[in-house]
Amino acid sequence: MDPLDRLESQSVYILREAFNQIDRLAMLWSLGKDSNVMVWLAKKAFFGHVPFPVMHIDTGKKFPEMYAFREKYARDWHLSLITDDCPPVEETDASLPPAARSAARKTLGLKNAIAKYGFNGIIAGIRRDEESVRAKERVFSPRGSEGSWDFRQQPPEFWDYFNTNLPAGTHLRVHPLLHWTEIDIWRYIRREQIPIVDLYFARDGKRYRSLGDQDITSPVASTAVTIDEIIAELEGTKTPERAGRAMDRETEDAFERLRAAGYM
Amino acid sequence: MSTETSLRDLLRIVIVGHVDHGKSTMVGRLFHDTGSLPEGKLEAIQAMCERRGMPFEWAFLMDAFQSERDQGITIDTSQIWFKSAQRDYTIIDAPGHREFLKNMITGAANADAAVMLIDAGQGVQQQSRTHAYLLQLLGVRQIVVVVNKMDLAGFAADRFAEIETTYRQYLADIGLQAAHIIPVVARDGDNIVTPSERMTWYRGKTLVEALDGFVSVGDLTSLPLRLPIQDVYKFDDRRILAGRVLSGRLTVGDRLLFSPSNKTARVASIEAWSAPAKTTAVAGESIGITLDEQLFIERGDLASHEDATPIETNVFQGRLFWLPNEPLQPGASYRLRLQTREVPVTVQEIKALYDVEQLTSAPSDIVPHHGIADVVLRSQAMLALDRLEENPKTGRFVLTDGVNLVAGGTISMDGYPNQRQLVTIRSSNLTEVEHTVTHANREQRNGHRGGVLWFTGLSGAGKSTIAMAVERELFRRGFQVYVLDGDNVRRGLNANLGFSPEDRAENIRRIGEVAALFADAGMVVITAFISPYRSDRQRARNAAHGTFHEVYIKADLAACELRDPKGLYRRARQGEIGNFTGVSAPYELPEDPELVVDTQVQSVEACVQQVIAYIERKFRA
Ligand SMILES: Nc1nc2c(ncn2[C@@H]2O[C@H](COP(=O)(O)OP(=O)(O)OP(=O)(O)O)[C@@H](O)[C@H]2O)c(=O)[nH]1
Ligand SMILES: [Mg+2]
Repeated sequence: MDPLDRLESQSVYILREAFNQIDRLAMLWSLGKDSNVMVWLAKKAFFGHVPFPVMHIDTGKKFPEMYAFREKYARDWHLSLITDDCPPVEETDASLPPAARSAARKTLGLKNAIAKYGFNGIIAGIRRDEESVRAKERVFSPRGSEGSWDFRQQPPEFWDYFNTNLPAGTHLRVHPLLHWTEIDIWRYIRREQIPIVDLYFARDGKRYRSLGDQDITSPVASTAVTIDEIIAELEGTKTPERAGRAMDRETEDAFERLRAAGYM
Repeated sequence: MSTETSLRDLLRIVIVGHVDHGKSTMVGRLFHDTGSLPEGKLEAIQAMCERRGMPFEWAFLMDAFQSERDQGITIDTSQIWFKSAQRDYTIIDAPGHREFLKNMITGAANADAAVMLIDAGQGVQQQSRTHAYLLQLLGVRQIVVVVNKMDLAGFAADRFAEIETTYRQYLADIGLQAAHIIPVVARDGDNIVTPSERMTWYRGKTLVEALDGFVSVGDLTSLPLRLPIQDVYKFDDRRILAGRVLSGRLTVGDRLLFSPSNKTARVASIEAWSAPAKTTAVAGESIGITLDEQLFIERGDLASHEDATPIETNVFQGRLFWLPNEPLQPGASYRLRLQTREVPVTVQEIKALYDVEQLTSAPSDIVPHHGIADVVLRSQAMLALDRLEENPKTGRFVLTDGVNLVAGGTISMDGYPNQRQLVTIRSSNLTEVEHTVTHANREQRNGHRGGVLWFTGLSGAGKSTIAMAVERELFRRGFQVYVLDGDNVRRGLNANLGFSPEDRAENIRRIGEVAALFADAGMVVITAFISPYRSDRQRARNAAHGTFHEVYIKADLAACELRDPKGLYRRARQGEIGNFTGVSAPYELPEDPELVVDTQVQSVEACVQQVIAYIERKFRA
């Protein structure tokens, strides 16, 4: 097995555990590269099927290309798609800095959707190498009744025995991509020929490395117009992936506070 | 499968050691000195420290939580990626504080190798030992030791040598060996990437060189096939068994045996989506297969080849580490998870509790918080498993209690038999023939019912003496009676069996079946065998269909050893006889025997009378 096979096999194992152990499961699909890889891995795990709803928590601020992508691939991949809106920014925690507040809309939208559909398992495509608070996550991560993350009291998790039992009224976050890095994602996209939105490729000397909402995500300087070029660029760069995400760096604790409240 | 050439080897390394010995600092410095820090990170850490009015702290790279930074302590494990010239690494930082041991285990269990930090000033501390002991239990065998904060020890070679000697001895005592021991100043980068100019007496490797010296952990394809079934899918017209190959190799056409249900079928296909068709799968792959026959297989079944099967048993010994605050106690029940199988188990016995400091072990009534112990676990259902020595995957288990994972452990079996041979009926097409002489006919002629009196107890407890005396007296009273005795049976029926756990179990299985036939023929049959395992006695009880009476011939080990009529205990103690019950093999006490005959407080005559009275009461028609 080569390294990509190993990553894939571990993700497939995680997805199958989640599907077997959690009765009301949904997968978050943000339309970005990671969540496309995640949908792809689900099709690998379940032999061409995605046997749970795929949910887009829509801030209404995604790029138009992304909405078009959503419609096309929901159809082509036979996804059972749920889209739900997010409450206005006024309803978020006013003590957060502005970009974080904007991002916190998604937390509220997710919380509402969980309550509405009664999900007790949410599959999210976060990775440890993205951000140092995410680096401390568990693969199966229990959430409180309000969706909160008690990061000071995480349960032990070892030898791929995941925590699948949970108290009533709570839910599990399942992270099948936690062990992947950004460059792994791109190498896998190249190998598997997974579709992604064009925004990742350079236009006029800039490309998006990470896709969030239009108003809080900015492109990075790049000339990479093919996946090979993106991979070559990443092999050389020291700029962090989420450098274009304003919310991560407004204050030292902003991301921790977002995640503690239930942000993915 | 892939045509990638740029993909390199990945090794996962955990950083362990006592609290504050500088683990996170070393990771930060390692990243800086290898040029792996992302842009802007150094400035960000600078700002964090200034805001807190403290000197620059490398540990903040890994210590991401506000509470970790505020208190200068790692709470939870974290992972970060970096590459040397040679290969890619995942560095797993682990907390050193005792309170966060579960987080240390979470990190360390995922590692291929470990770096152990020891503070030059403080020397070897409690968690320096506990962490090493746990690494060994978790299966992490490659280790490099770093003696940190050499600046606080005046860069002294003799202080380094002192710690090196002490710690190498400790590691050797628990069966580990350090590949290198390196003096460093993590904060300043001495011997991390660049050789220290302040410790020119040290000629060995730098940390990065030592990391590159670790070998990649080989895969398990050369071991026998183990494929635990994770789920069964019927999304379309295919019925697909899904699971990850833990070890070995599977090829289309192979005949698989599913344990513990013991069904077999051939692999018809290996299924995959958007991947090249294939006919072979190896260790590590998550796969789906279809079979040539529609068997009822479910999650938890363990597939293997027929000629290299896992152990089947409902009782085993294992070594576990115990996580909760409340102690583990005999008699308590938990859920056992063996790969994808999940069943209730009861803690039958705590055999030994280990002292990680003194490296001694002693009997104990409980396993305390963070204790490491050998325990015997029993389930109602049959389990399929391996000894750790045979397979690092199926030789491990965890216990859960409600929503909590409470223990992890390794399986040794130690003295417990593989029951596979005992539970498998090998012939098919069996049809039982009805007797025309009924039980009632036999009872009427004999004046009593048939049945089995199953004596169990330690060697020297008095089983044979009492059995023979009871036989004589019953015979005098007109009973159809016969004694099956240990050494007699081993001369004939069981002449091909020795004293291994498996042979002992087979010995008892045959006696149980023979006794059942005698009882069916209308006789009172008394068996006089140590029969140390509950599972075996239960099997004999099942064979006798309701005519079984367990009689515990009771005398404790000390009393039996004092009697030692055949001199066997003496020879067992001297190591001349192995697997001797009570000395070097287990005796499982009867849980609920029909009769207890205490040979320590009664004379032989009184014991005989007690059994006779019982038989008169239970067997007279
Ligand atoms: N003098 C000196 N201090 C050091 C050195 N390395 C680390 N320290 C200091 O030791 C303290 C503890 O360092 P950490 O890296 O947080 O220790 P740790 O082992 O990660 O601690 P836990 O994760 O909480 O167990 C910090 O104040 C460091 O600055 C060193 O080489 N010399
Ligand atoms: Mg630390």
